[in-house]
Amino acid sequence: MTDGEGEGGLAVDATVRRGGFALTIALKVPPGQVLGLLGPNGAGKTTLLRALAGLTPVAEGRITLGGQVLDDATAGTFVDATRRPTGYLFQDYRLFPHLSVAENVAFSPRARGLGKAVARSAARHWLGRLGLTDLAGRKPAELSGGQAQRVALARALAGEPALLLLDEPLAALDARTRLDVQSELRQHLADFAGPCVLVTHDPLEALVLADRLVVLEDGRIVQDGTPAQVARQPATEYVAKLVGLNLYAGRADDAAVALSAGGSFVVPQHGQHGDVLVAVRPSAIVVSSEQPHATSARNVWPAVVTGLTMLADRVRLDLDGEPSALADVTAAAVTELSLTPGSQVWLSVKATDLEVYNHEQDG
Amino acid sequence: MTAGSLGAPTRLSARDRARRADRGGASARSVPGPLLVPAVIAVAFLVLPLAGLVIRAPWGRIGAALSGADAVQALVLSLWTATAATGICLVIGVPLAWVLARTTFPGQRLLRALVTLPLVLPPVVGGVALLLAFGRAGFIGRYLNSWFGLTIPFTPLAVVMAETFVAMPFLVITVEGALRSADQGFEEAAATLGASRMTVFRRVTVPLIAPSLGAGAVLCWARALGEFGATITFAGSFPGQTETMPIAVYYALEDDPDAAIALSLVLLVVSVIVLVSLRDRWLRGGAVQ
Repeated sequence: MTDGEGEGGLAVDATVRRGGFALTIALKVPPGQVLGLLGPNGAGKTTLLRALAGLTPVAEGRITLGGQVLDDATAGTFVDATRRPTGYLFQDYRLFPHLSVAENVAFSPRARGLGKAVARSAARHWLGRLGLTDLAGRKPAELSGGQAQRVALARALAGEPALLLLDEPLAALDARTRLDVQSELRQHLADFAGPCVLVTHDPLEALVLADRLVVLEDGRIVQDGTPAQVARQPATEYVAKLVGLNLYAGRADDAAVALSAGGSFVVPQHGQHGDVLVAVRPSAIVVSSEQPHATSARNVWPAVVTGLTMLADRVRLDLDGEPSALADVTAAAVTELSLTPGSQVWLSVKATDLEVYNHEQDG
Repeated sequence: MTAGSLGAPTRLSARDRARRADRGGASARSVPGPLLVPAVIAVAFLVLPLAGLVIRAPWGRIGAALSGADAVQALVLSLWTATAATGICLVIGVPLAWVLARTTFPGQRLLRALVTLPLVLPPVVGGVALLLAFGRAGFIGRYLNSWFGLTIPFTPLAVVMAETFVAMPFLVITVEGALRSADQGFEEAAATLGASRMTVFRRVTVPLIAPSLGAGAVLCWARALGEFGATITFAGSFPGQTETMPIAVYYALEDDPDAAIALSLVLLVVSVIVLVSLRDRWLRGGAVQ
């Protein structure tokens, strides 16, 4: 991964305080990279964006963009939001209701000192690029959700920012529009040359739009990696739940992994020692009513069904045992095994379906 | 409740049934006597004097009464001074409202109280205060007089100043309330788009509070138009110079009651127009601000 301090890269090493909440973060985002910021509500995602945009000053540390200081608490330097080359797409868009679409998009070029005619032609350019030319004369109140989102993106990009910040860009859209806008947005993000930070709490959105994922919890980075890494080897319960995996913390001793929540797995040749995490897909867990034969290649344990949830094409079972687990079975299997809350079952999972990895991730 | 203790049934027409179904509430129609009687008295007290004005109006010669030189002079003077006072209030009152709404500084509560003081201060006291400050011997007026040869009291300028003094709180309070309740998210968005604070104020803040700004200006203008006490104290009542409509009404009552009634009717009509223009903001569902 390229150095964030390079030409146009973003580097953050700072603590931001807002009320009683503190966010401490060290990050580098090279130009052209789309960094997905994932985390539960209140994890500090928006706080970070606000600090990057200059809406909230950092309490400690510094933020630089392309080697230039935007905020440095020690030196007391601060570049005002007005003077930062950022484009900020707010979750609620914040389109100026009294200005037309064209005037909204021309706002930034105009505010940054371009003449009226130049600003207008810059606006025309971005309206064209985002397919909004026909809507130029409309007021924001006359736009659909998807259109408003595109106008907000055009407005953020029209200021020719060096850093793009997107706060839950798709959250305000209905499910249908979201898919259309998502693929469009992906294209526009690919065209953007500078670093881009995208906040989301939707893992699918993060997987589709981001080149790299950073997971924030309680004001700290808990995981930093490619979307594939995060999806396969989640570092915390929250991430595991987001990507739909069972996650167990435990201690590895040769092939055996003793789980801290109770129970153990046998996984030959996983090559880890000490504190490890074990991830397993709910669909990899086999549910049966008779006790299957346990081998070193197959872990078997008893459990009690505590809940059943209908998913799109299968049923998710909540299972209480050592360890507890989520398992996906077909609707047919539920009837065949006559599964109801309280049913005693046997669970088995192949050792090759257990992903064992180191607890502490670097970076 | 047992069936035996049920009250006697009352009549409920189909119309009343529909009304109650729409509005909810236990008994939408019946108002208890102890509330109804005072309420009717209150309405009568407010409406009867105005009705008297309309009944006693010399409709036959109202045109003649109003076209008298004094009446026209007073009307013209009132209109331009009230408009000028409103203009001054806008130019200096809106920035003051912004400072009160958007910044914090020591003594802010005290300042806010001072700004609203003219609302509760007897206008004649305001006039005396203006006289003591800007009068020929006032602590400011003295220097204005000796350095620039400028004498303010008993001039049209004094009328404008008295009206500004009394009417300013109406504008400042309305605009400050609007600024406080305005969504500052738009201002943040404008800042991230590179707009300076002044640009944000001009292109985002003011347009967004335009309806309240309009309402505040109309209230301010109406208050200035009706100003009497501070004006007569500080500016006197020279016909054509400082005799505004309310003052003209007051003097006309002695020697030409018909003219007084006609002038009063004009002011009443203006007030009604102001009220109608503000109806969306002030008359819908009680206090909106």
